[in-house]
Amino acid sequence: MQMPQPNAGVISRKRRIVERLRDVLPADAVIEDESETRAYECDALTAYRCPPLAVVLPSTTAEVSDVLRICHEEGVPVVPRGSGTSLAGGALPTADCVLLGVARMTGVLETDYDNRFVRVQTGRTNLSVTGAVEADDFFYAPDPSSQLACAIAGNIAMNSGGAHCLKYGVTTNNLLGVTMVAMDGTIMEIGGAHLDAGGYDLLGVICGSEGQLGVVTEATLRILRKPEGARPVLMGFDSSEVAGACVSDIIKAGVLPVAIEFMDRPCIEACEAFAKAGYPMCEALLIVEVEGSPAEIDEQLGKITTIARRHDPVELREAKDADEAGRIWLGRKSAFGAMGQINDYMCLDGTIPVSELPYVLRRIGEMSKEFGLGVANVFHAGDGNMHPLILFNANQEGQLELCEAFGAEILKLCVEVGGCLTGEHGVGIEKRDLMHDQYDAADLEAQMAVKDVFDPKWLLNPAKVFPLDASDARRVVPVAAE
Amino acid sequence: MRVESEAELAEAVAGATGPLTIRGGGTRGLGASQGAVLETGGLSGITLYEPGALTVVVRAGTPLDEIEQALAAENQRLAFEPMDHRPLLGTNGTPTIGGVVAANVSGPRRIQAGACRDFMLGVRFVDGSGTVIKNGGRVMKNVTGYDLVKLMTGSRGTLGVLTEVSLKVLPRPETQACVVLDGLGDEAAVAAMARALGSPFEVTGAAHFPRGADGQPVTMLRIEGFEKSVSYRAGRLRDMFGGQAVRVDDDPDSVAASWLAVRDVQALAGREGDVWRISCKPSDGPALAARLSAEAHHFDWGGGLIWALLPVGTDARARLGEFRGHATRVRGTGDAPALQPEPGPLAALSDGLRTRFDPRGILNPGLMTA
Repeated sequence: MQMPQPNAGVISRKRRIVERLRDVLPADAVIEDESETRAYECDALTAYRCPPLAVVLPSTTAEVSDVLRICHEEGVPVVPRGSGTSLAGGALPTADCVLLGVARMTGVLETDYDNRFVRVQTGRTNLSVTGAVEADDFFYAPDPSSQLACAIAGNIAMNSGGAHCLKYGVTTNNLLGVTMVAMDGTIMEIGGAHLDAGGYDLLGVICGSEGQLGVVTEATLRILRKPEGARPVLMGFDSSEVAGACVSDIIKAGVLPVAIEFMDRPCIEACEAFAKAGYPMCEALLIVEVEGSPAEIDEQLGKITTIARRHDPVELREAKDADEAGRIWLGRKSAFGAMGQINDYMCLDGTIPVSELPYVLRRIGEMSKEFGLGVANVFHAGDGNMHPLILFNANQEGQLELCEAFGAEILKLCVEVGGCLTGEHGVGIEKRDLMHDQYDAADLEAQMAVKDVFDPKWLLNPAKVFPLDASDARRVVPVAAE
Repeated sequence: MRVESEAELAEAVAGATGPLTIRGGGTRGLGASQGAVLETGGLSGITLYEPGALTVVVRAGTPLDEIEQALAAENQRLAFEPMDHRPLLGTNGTPTIGGVVAANVSGPRRIQAGACRDFMLGVRFVDGSGTVIKNGGRVMKNVTGYDLVKLMTGSRGTLGVLTEVSLKVLPRPETQACVVLDGLGDEAAVAAMARALGSPFEVTGAAHFPRGADGQPVTMLRIEGFEKSVSYRAGRLRDMFGGQAVRVDDDPDSVAASWLAVRDVQALAGREGDVWRISCKPSDGPALAARLSAEAHHFDWGGGLIWALLPVGTDARARLGEFRGHATRVRGTGDAPALQPEPGPLAALSDGLRTRFDPRGILNPGLMTA
């Protein structure tokens, strides 16, 4: 993975930059010692590491503003970081950057059940947003797998999804407003407790911009009343084609499950070995969950199982109680852990039109043989968001590169069939250079024009999202005059 | 000038020597700006519809009606319930999907299902230099690069002329019912709607009219879904409001007609005066409505959307004073800008975007600023 040459001028001014940061932050909020900055050298894409020039951990929006103003004046790149759980290298530092972590900003600022929102500082973890309101039977809907650890800041940056977005949408559909600090330190309020923008939908473009347009310090999030109940049904099929057809028929019948999860045989086997959830050994397994009162759940599951029976399932298991529901989810929820136990793996995130599912799975199987690397598939079938897990041995020379090449081919396939490179993880550095496969020069130029407007010096989260060759001219900016 | 293809449109924009007024069906009052009219109605047709994937891709000039019929044939719909502006604005013509998207038109179900922008999956458009640009795609989950789909939705043709849009669609429910509360004042009605929207019963519409059809206050809560489920939830809601004057309308046709009237703001159609639309925090609604002291007003979105009829030329913002949200003049003219002026830093970003996407300032000039 190529990264741009760090700015030697910035590195040579480290002392002065750190001193200026210390002037505006508490002593323990500026980290410059190399033994300590190393803790921030990577995110969850651990194959790539680079300690930053310095780390700052501000506690308030005003402190974030001060940091950005100083970095702007000094021409220092800034890499914002939530909890560092990005699988795409979205928070990978550069050697010449100040890494701005929001981990100390975890407060709940306002809880309003009448208007159904919470306002939080963005260092708060996803799960603890729900934690703040669940005693009153409310929840925050987006539920990325990393929700125990990941921060709202990163969720907004990547427009994170989750298993339940078929019904509830992703982050952008549940984000009402933000307090954002621009690279020059300007603090702005965008959106709020009211719905939709009076002018351009700036909130819509900020969400998913991978920390490249501003640093979001506070967020107004829509909360929902918990459903009366939820229950899954598990079904196994002889082939992924049949499972795919079943998904399509369920949706066409007018039932909108809250989640439809798909696992293929390699994934089922690994999960079963790990979690012993009692999954049937078959080619394709679906977990479909519906919500409502007990009677409403029965009615929906009745419709779903009727459809499933038409596709000759090898197994059809309705959860009768919470215990059985837990066991149905157990295997799926431990899928990533199970895969991690048997091998190193790389998790991909392309999305495809649901109708292309059988073809894409077949091609992935063929490519798996060509590359000589195993692959297990687990994904959100209702919305076509795939998560192929490519298995490799990180300690064996050349395997990481082989795995990356295989991954790139899968993602190109996703684009080729009408899908996209990333459904919920973001581009980061990982898929940066594949952007040419999805977008042509004019498409990328239009996106980069947005960055030009928000961050004219291109200092925020450098070398992510856009292919280096496309953004080259913009990133080479003169160092600020003394 | 009427174009028949994306290439023709790109050529027309590139070759334009002055301002262009972009027009789809011309029903939404978006054509108030100056310059030669550029009609997009020739860019018509559904290019892809996959009911099993809940996605439809259509050219921007496609009549809305054509799309809704195709979806209805598969028991699906545009869940954001776009309003038809013709009754309120007294316009003629055929509403197009491009106009819906350009103005982010969303109806009563916005409170629960989301706005037009929430159902937008992808766009193709021609920017102010005549360059064809695409963003997003046709899949439901897509975070590949910046979300220009949202930026384009609601930009009223000032950043680019839409040529094709992809949308997420949803199943059409089997039936619907309406829980009706009678006689509530604005404050009590908004509080009741908050209770209903904060319940687990998935209310998909919450509106309050201080003067309903019979001149008395009426508060409406809509429930949609499978028949047994609708009747269960309507019953639970009715019980929630036990002790008040509450009834359930379970005739789907009558419920549909009531909500069509809410969607299209029929209460203010044909009445003399300017029409303003205020988006606010729902619980702020009653106090803001009081400050407006409008000739007539009502609430949608649980109180978060106020529709107000004001004497011609009134600046609603002067009456509202400082508030969090935005006020738009939907019908009428006057010195006050139609759209809510943005605070300085946001206005600077908006200006910057407009300058980058339309450097010559020829696309619907003034429509986002006046």
